[in-house]
Amino acid sequence: MDMHAPKKKLGLKEKYQVMTRGLDWEPSYQKKEDIYPYATYEGIKIHDWDKWEDPFRLTMDAYWKYQAEKERKLYAIIDAYAQSNGHLNVTDARYLNTVKLFLTGVSPLEYMAHRGFAHVGRQFPGAGPRVACLMQSLDEIRHAQTQIHALSNYNKHYNGLHEFRHMHDRVWYLSVPKSFFDDAITAGPFEFMIAIGFSFEYVLTNLLFVPFVSGAAYNGDMGTMTFGFSAQSDEARHMTLGLEVIKFILEQDPDNLPIVQRWIDKWTWRGYRVLTLVAMMMDYMLPKRTMSWKEAWEVYFEENGGALFKDLARYGIKIPKCAETIALEKDHLSHQAWGTFYNYGAAAAFHTWVPEKDEMDWLAAKYPDSFDKYYRPRLEYWREQAAQGKRFYNKTLPMLCQTCQIPMLFTEPGDPTKICYREVDYKGGKYHFCSDHCKEIFEHEPEKYVQSWLPVHQIYQGNCFPEGTDPTAEGFDPLAAVLQYYHLEFGRDNLDFEGSEDQKNFETWRGQATKNV
Amino acid sequence: MAVAAITQYEFAPLDSVEKFHGNQLLYIGWEDHLLFCAPFALPFPPAMRFGDIVTGVLPGCFGYHPDFARIDWAKAEWFKSGKPWQPDFGKSLAENGLGHKDVIRFRTPGLNGIAGSSS
Repeated sequence: MDMHAPKKKLGLKEKYQVMTRGLDWEPSYQKKEDIYPYATYEGIKIHDWDKWEDPFRLTMDAYWKYQAEKERKLYAIIDAYAQSNGHLNVTDARYLNTVKLFLTGVSPLEYMAHRGFAHVGRQFPGAGPRVACLMQSLDEIRHAQTQIHALSNYNKHYNGLHEFRHMHDRVWYLSVPKSFFDDAITAGPFEFMIAIGFSFEYVLTNLLFVPFVSGAAYNGDMGTMTFGFSAQSDEARHMTLGLEVIKFILEQDPDNLPIVQRWIDKWTWRGYRVLTLVAMMMDYMLPKRTMSWKEAWEVYFEENGGALFKDLARYGIKIPKCAETIALEKDHLSHQAWGTFYNYGAAAAFHTWVPEKDEMDWLAAKYPDSFDKYYRPRLEYWREQAAQGKRFYNKTLPMLCQTCQIPMLFTEPGDPTKICYREVDYKGGKYHFCSDHCKEIFEHEPEKYVQSWLPVHQIYQGNCFPEGTDPTAEGFDPLAAVLQYYHLEFGRDNLDFEGSEDQKNFETWRGQATKNV
Repeated sequence: MAVAAITQYEFAPLDSVEKFHGNQLLYIGWEDHLLFCAPFALPFPPAMRFGDIVTGVLPGCFGYHPDFARIDWAKAEWFKSGKPWQPDFGKSLAENGLGHKDVIRFRTPGLNGIAGSSS
């Protein structure tokens, strides 16, 4: 083989060519379809991988240099924040519950994204997308690590953060983000890219990261804010990759359009259902609010997403049809979600509470068509009851949606007084759904979703107790056993914020830091 | 439609009735009372009398609500899979035609939740 030695100093474009596509080769003694076994079964047709436009000409050597520089800055700030007891500068100890939700619900997804991109980065027959996916895979593991490091400081002082990884695989509400990502990584490489690379990273990511990062900034949490900013330049790269993927696939063959459209419809809805947790975080959990969920949806999806789909119209892509349902839910989503966590506050690894009067007024101003009419009476009743020592804890397990795994808390589109029930009979079994969209997703691939690990059903099957538990023993307390299985300590990690150890400790420590006691 | 897969893709459902130790699941919702955020999922033996669920189980599920004590069960309207349905309180779940993972709801006319807000 002739070796062609490149010139000593390469231009940027040339260097990119040599260090990415130049490293690829045509196999001679193995068949291409054996090397890339997942490249065709989803029905996507790619005729020429060389048509892939590399959205960012980044090579590995430059990648390490940039990321190392960001790490140095990030860890310097995280250390300074920890050493100066920065946690005592947050607005209110209630804020810490958003951090618990993020660490248990979102950080493990970063790790799964790392695995997912590593997988598709191996499976795509084109060298361009393989390199881009490799870098995103590395970004994602870096995000998981920096989040865990930044938030570990809170674990020294507050409850509910000690077993985030264990909880992610077990706790009932964490099955929502977990099953979302498990669904994506068990799909083929093209669907994964549309699911995570496009629908999540491009269409919905602003609704996840902006609320958490600006929420952190508004509430004095410099640690979280800093990892958010450190991830920001990566996110811009991920968004570009997501967009390039979809354009490339659609330009390759007209037969790809209906498949891609169905994936966009599915994954916009799946992602939106996961964002239910963000909606309630924004409207109920941040002591100092940034904007309402409804406003965020209008800016980041209806305006920005609307412009994106207008741009994609030339390929024949339409705005996902679930957008109409979502528009009807935006006045209700956060209230219904927070009500659910208030109901099941004994089984959550963070604290819940009824909003203060000024917070209810903020909610009424942001949601003039829904809050006072439907949700204030509920919250005020709970507050009155709690004041009489009868804080409501719902002890009966809820019915779950087979697809999104969220309790069936959503109401009929256009009627916030009626729960939305949908069902399907499949091979002699009954399956229930929270919406037309979750039902359609099931109907398209029932073989996949009959395997859903629904926490409520798993508890009733006896699979969510610590090993060696005898549920037939006298005085057996199922809730206590489930919490042990979750590694969730009753009376410390759960229940109302009022009277919690977090509340007392924060008050004491802040007092010591600001007063002469 | 079927899952796109590289080989045969067939798995047993995770929630078939034989996994529930002699019980079957019944989902029960109370219309216009969203103080309870979602319908409930409950495991019962198929031979259990329907009336025993109403008198023995529902108070533990819904009793927190001030409307619950005011329910006149003779006037309650029942629905199965969203369609009007009449249970026989004296008969078992199986005799009432209730199978694994059936969903029923009841409406209590005149009772519309906290301050009439469907809460």
